[in-house]
Amino acid sequence: MAEDTGTSAGMPQLDFSTFPNQILWLAVTLIVLYLILSRVALPRIGSVLAERAGTISNDIAAAETYKVQAAEAEAAYHKALEDARSAAAKVVQQARADIQADLDAAIAKADAEIAARSAESEKKIAAIRESADAAVADVARDAAREIVAVFGVIAEAAAVDAAVDQRLKQGAA
Amino acid sequence: MAEANGGLVIRPMDQFEVRPLFGGDMVGLFTITNVTLWMALTVVAVSLLMVVGSRGRALVPTRSQSMAELTYSFIYKMVEDVAGRDAVRFFPYIITLFLFVLFANLLGLIPFAFTTTSHIAVTAVLALAVFITVTITGFVVNGAAFLKLFWVDSAPLALRPVLALIELVSYFVRPVSHSIRLAGAMMAGHAVAKVFAGFAGALGVAFVIPVLAVTALYALELLVAVIQAYVFTILTCVYLKDALHPSH
Amino acid sequence: MEGDLANMGKYIGVGLTAIGMGGAAIGVGNIAGNFLAGALRNPSAAAGQTAMLFIGIAFAEALGIFSFLVALLLMFAV
Repeated sequence: MAEDTGTSAGMPQLDFSTFPNQILWLAVTLIVLYLILSRVALPRIGSVLAERAGTISNDIAAAETYKVQAAEAEAAYHKALEDARSAAAKVVQQARADIQADLDAAIAKADAEIAARSAESEKKIAAIRESADAAVADVARDAAREIVAVFGVIAEAAAVDAAVDQRLKQGAA
Repeated sequence: MAEANGGLVIRPMDQFEVRPLFGGDMVGLFTITNVTLWMALTVVAVSLLMVVGSRGRALVPTRSQSMAELTYSFIYKMVEDVAGRDAVRFFPYIITLFLFVLFANLLGLIPFAFTTTSHIAVTAVLALAVFITVTITGFVVNGAAFLKLFWVDSAPLALRPVLALIELVSYFVRPVSHSIRLAGAMMAGHAVAKVFAGFAGALGVAFVIPVLAVTALYALELLVAVIQAYVFTILTCVYLKDALHPSH
Repeated sequence: MEGDLANMGKYIGVGLTAIGMGGAAIGVGNIAGNFLAGALRNPSAAAGQTAMLFIGIAFAEALGIFSFLVALLLMFAV
């Protein structure tokens, strides 16, 4: 391409006079780089990565235990709720039984009172009815005696009464 | 570059020249050159990311620490997945290669920078280091059984010597392709960018077109820089897997 | 440059070598396309195979880079 190729003819890559120099500095560079990396950088980065992995797995384990604890707490809460609920149910049942008992007692007492009263009333009614029957008989005898007297028949009062009583009994029967 | 005699003179390879930093022309063994400078900058950049970035040791990482950790776990996972669990002891070695190649590639993309990984000398040393490590590891871990890598048991008996020859050749070609792939990809991108930039200088008002082309090429080069570092590393892992588990 | 037959041959050779990069382009496109086709058939398996995709692309691309390298060598080193 160019007429004159300068001081070093052709490709500088094939200028063998510079090879020892390049190889020497390359060796120095590689050794320095290897020492820097293997002594300082790689152990440091490796330990940071290991530490991070450890932290992450620890955190995950901690989260796991917290989760278990939360589940336990929830179970305990549910159990407490269940207990409270059953205790409340028991109290309600107790109260209901007590009220029922009171109620039963009151009803029984009231029934007894009512029975007593009605018995008394019946007795009174029976007495009234009896006295009413007696009064009817008296009135019938009196009326019969008067009627007999009006008819001008003198009859024995006792006979009339007997007849009236007999009729009354028949009517009643 | 300077136009000496009016013609279009583009020297795409000049950017790869190794020059002494502090005067002089000779590049001796211990001369401080631009190679030295950019390799040192690579070390600085890697240290900034991996050492300074992670200095907080925070449980909840900052942005720079997060990047350092992502790089770490990316390479760690690659070594573990591709080469197997017992290759983890090579992890510092592999991440050193990866970070060096990655940052050398990326720093080389800065305008006027020098790309150390575009030189065959550098990548050949990297690839040879991998090759020697893999071969020694293979023999240390498996003993003579490592040679079974070249003896394909599942093939018909008559074919096995041929296959063994092919496997052997491909085994020794590995460092060549490993190194030339990286250097070639880097060199190619930079040379093409330089050629396009030279067109921009020569075209006058129409310079917009090559500049747009260079912009697109630069984006591609960014991708290539990262992918080549990734490929270099993953091939290292694949070779290492062969050494640790030679049975096919 | 006029009359320089050796140089002409060199540049023609460089141009011919560059054709090799087209082969690498075909190979890389083939790999990527087949990967995409497979990934669309079974997207859940695609993520685990990206490493294989890159290894395959790297091998195909290496050959193209070899031809590029030969072109560079012809142009600047020979």
